[in-house]
Amino acid sequence: MRRTLLESFAHGPLTEAAPPPDRAGLAELAQSVERAARAKLGRSLSIRQVDAGSCNGCELEIHALNNAFYDLERLGLHFVASPRHADVLMVTGPVTKNMREALERTYNATPDPKWVIAVGGCAADGGVFAGSYAVAGGVKDVVPVDLTIPGCPPSPKALLAGLLALLQTAS
Amino acid sequence: MIKPRSNVTAEGWGQAIDRLANGSLTLLALWGDAPNVHMATLDEAAGDIAVLTYACVDGTYPSVGAKHPPALRPERAIRDLYGLEAAGSPDTRPWLDLGFWDVRHPLATKEPAQKPGAYAFLPVEGESLHQIPVGPVHAGIIEPGHFRFAANGEHVVRLEQRLGYVHKGIESLMTGATLETAAKLAGRTSGDSTVAYAYAFAQAVEAALQIKAPPRALYLRALMAELERLANHFGDIGAICNDAAFAMMHAQTGILRERVLRAADVCFAHRLMMDAIVPGGVARDLTAEGIALIKALFAEIRRVFPRLIELYDNTASLQDRTVTTGIVKAEYVRRFGAGGYVGRASGRNFDARRNVAYAPYDKLAFEVPLRDEGDVNARVWIRIREAEQSLSLIEQILAVLPAGEIRVDLKTNGKHGEGLGLTEAFRGDVLVWLRIGGDGRIERCHLRDASWFQWPLLETAIEGNIVADFPLCNKSFNCSYSGHDL
Repeated sequence: MRRTLLESFAHGPLTEAAPPPDRAGLAELAQSVERAARAKLGRSLSIRQVDAGSCNGCELEIHALNNAFYDLERLGLHFVASPRHADVLMVTGPVTKNMREALERTYNATPDPKWVIAVGGCAADGGVFAGSYAVAGGVKDVVPVDLTIPGCPPSPKALLAGLLALLQTAS
Repeated sequence: MIKPRSNVTAEGWGQAIDRLANGSLTLLALWGDAPNVHMATLDEAAGDIAVLTYACVDGTYPSVGAKHPPALRPERAIRDLYGLEAAGSPDTRPWLDLGFWDVRHPLATKEPAQKPGAYAFLPVEGESLHQIPVGPVHAGIIEPGHFRFAANGEHVVRLEQRLGYVHKGIESLMTGATLETAAKLAGRTSGDSTVAYAYAFAQAVEAALQIKAPPRALYLRALMAELERLANHFGDIGAICNDAAFAMMHAQTGILRERVLRAADVCFAHRLMMDAIVPGGVARDLTAEGIALIKALFAEIRRVFPRLIELYDNTASLQDRTVTTGIVKAEYVRRFGAGGYVGRASGRNFDARRNVAYAPYDKLAFEVPLRDEGDVNARVWIRIREAEQSLSLIEQILAVLPAGEIRVDLKTNGKHGEGLGLTEAFRGDVLVWLRIGGDGRIERCHLRDASWFQWPLLETAIEGNIVADFPLCNKSFNCSYSGHDL
C-alpha cells in the first residue's frame, strides 16, 4: 500500500483541467433558471442520478466523472444517495412505462429549487427505443427538463461541460 | 457445435426437460415466438448447442420450470410478452409486465391492458422478522430494480427480487427492423457489454445469411471484446473494494479503466466501442497509431496491476469483508448454468470462448481461471486472473493480426434464414438467436443475457449474510438489469 501511495504522490495529480461550460447548454439554461433560485445554491450542487430505463452505458460514463481524471468533487459537485438531498436530478434512459411513476415520485421528493438534466440521446427523446409499447418517451415527456446533454453515451467531458454550464448559471 | 433447430413433439420436449432436470443438459435460453416456444440447450460433455421448438397447443406448452427451476423466470416473461402459458408451472405471477403498459401480451395479441392485482411476494413467516423494501430507485449510480429483504435482526432470511423496471421492449423494436437498426439495438441491450452483444448479433446474422466475416475483422472483434472485459473487470474490482469501504483500490483501478476506455476511443472512435462491430465485419480498422497506443497502455497496466493485486491480497481488513461472504453453492451454478465469474468462482468450468471456441479464440491460447469457494473473494480473484488472460490474449492478437478487408457486404438472398450467436461477455455468455425474413429484415430476435441465470443465485448467496453485506454481494455479481429486462 505504501508503494502505491508514494507513487501517487510522485506522479502528481492526473486530474485534468475542466472543459469550458457547454455554450448550447448555457443558452438553454438561461431560459429556465430563475435568478432568485441561483443565489441560494452558491457554488455547490448535490446531484441525484436516476436511471429511468437506460442501457447502463450512461451510468458508466457518469461513474467516470468521479475518477482521478475528472474528479467532479473539486468543482463542488457531488452525488448524493437520496433525492431529498439533491438540487439536481441527472436522469438517463428513455423513460420506460415501468419507471415513469418512480421517476415522478423521485422528482416530487426533490426539494425546490431543483433542476433536471436529461443525460444521453435516449433521455432526450427516447433514442433508439422511441415508439416502443414499453417506453413513455424522453425525460421531458414525464418531468420538466432544464438541460439536455446529448451523446450515446455522452463522454465524461461532455457531462462535465453540461454540469459546469448549470453551475455557472446557478451560482 | 451449434446444431440446426429442430421441431419436437410433447415427447421430445419432455425428454429435454428430463435431461435438464437430471443435469445432463444446461438451459441456455427459453423464449417465445408465437405460436411456438424455443429452448436452447447446451450439452456440456459433447460441447453441442441445440435449439428445440415446440408448437403450442391452445397457447400452452409443458412447463420446463415445473421440473427445472431456472426456467421459471423465462416462462413468466414469455407469458407476459406472448400470453403463452407454461402448463403445470408452479409460479404464474407476472415478471416483466409490472402493470404499467397499455397492452397485454405486446408481442402477440396486443389486447388492452387490464388493471393488475397486487403483486404477491413469496410469504415469509416467523417471529421477529421484518421487511426491508429497496428500490426501484437505488442509492447509488446504478440501474433500477426492487429488492425485498426479510431480515431477522441483521441477518437476511430471504431476498426476493422484482425486476423489469427498465424493460424497453427491445424484442418488439427488433421485429421488422433493418439489420443496421437491429445491430444498434443489440448493442444497447446492456451498455457495459455492448461489444459482446454486437459480436453475438453479428455472429447470428452471419450464420443466418451464411456469410463469413474477413479474418482481420474476426481478430479485431476479439481485441475489442478483451478490451471491454479489461475495462469492466478493472471497474468491478475497484467497485467491490469500494463497497467494503476500501476507496484506494477504487481510485487506482478507476485510473486503469479510464486509460483502457481512452485507448478504445482512439482505436475504435467510441469509448465503449458501441457500433464498432457490425454484421459482416467491423466498422473501423485499427491503425498503427492505435496499436502503438495499446502497447503503451499495456506497459502501464503491467507495471501497476501486479501491485494492486498484491494490495488486495495483503489487506486483511478488506479480506475480512470478502472471504466467506455471499457464498454460491456449486450445485446451484451447475443447475442454473450460471456463466462468467459467478459460475467460475463456484467451480463451473465453462467459458464460451473455449467451450464453443468461436473464431478467433480457437487459435488463441488462454486459460479459464477457476475457483471453488464461491464467495465474494473468489469472484474478485476470477476477475483478476481473467484480466491477466485478457492482456495475454490482446498481445497474441496484435502479434498475429492478419492484414486485409475488415467488412463484407451483406447479401440477403430473398430467403428466410436463422442463426444463433454465443459470445463470452465480461459477466458471462450472451446468446442471440434471430430469424431474418426474405426482405432482409428481422422477423424475430431474442437476446439472452448471462444475468438471467445469475440473478436468482444472488437470492441464495445473501441468505444468512448480514444486510450490510448486500451491496458487496450485489457488486460481486454485477448483474445487468437492462440486459435482463430487455
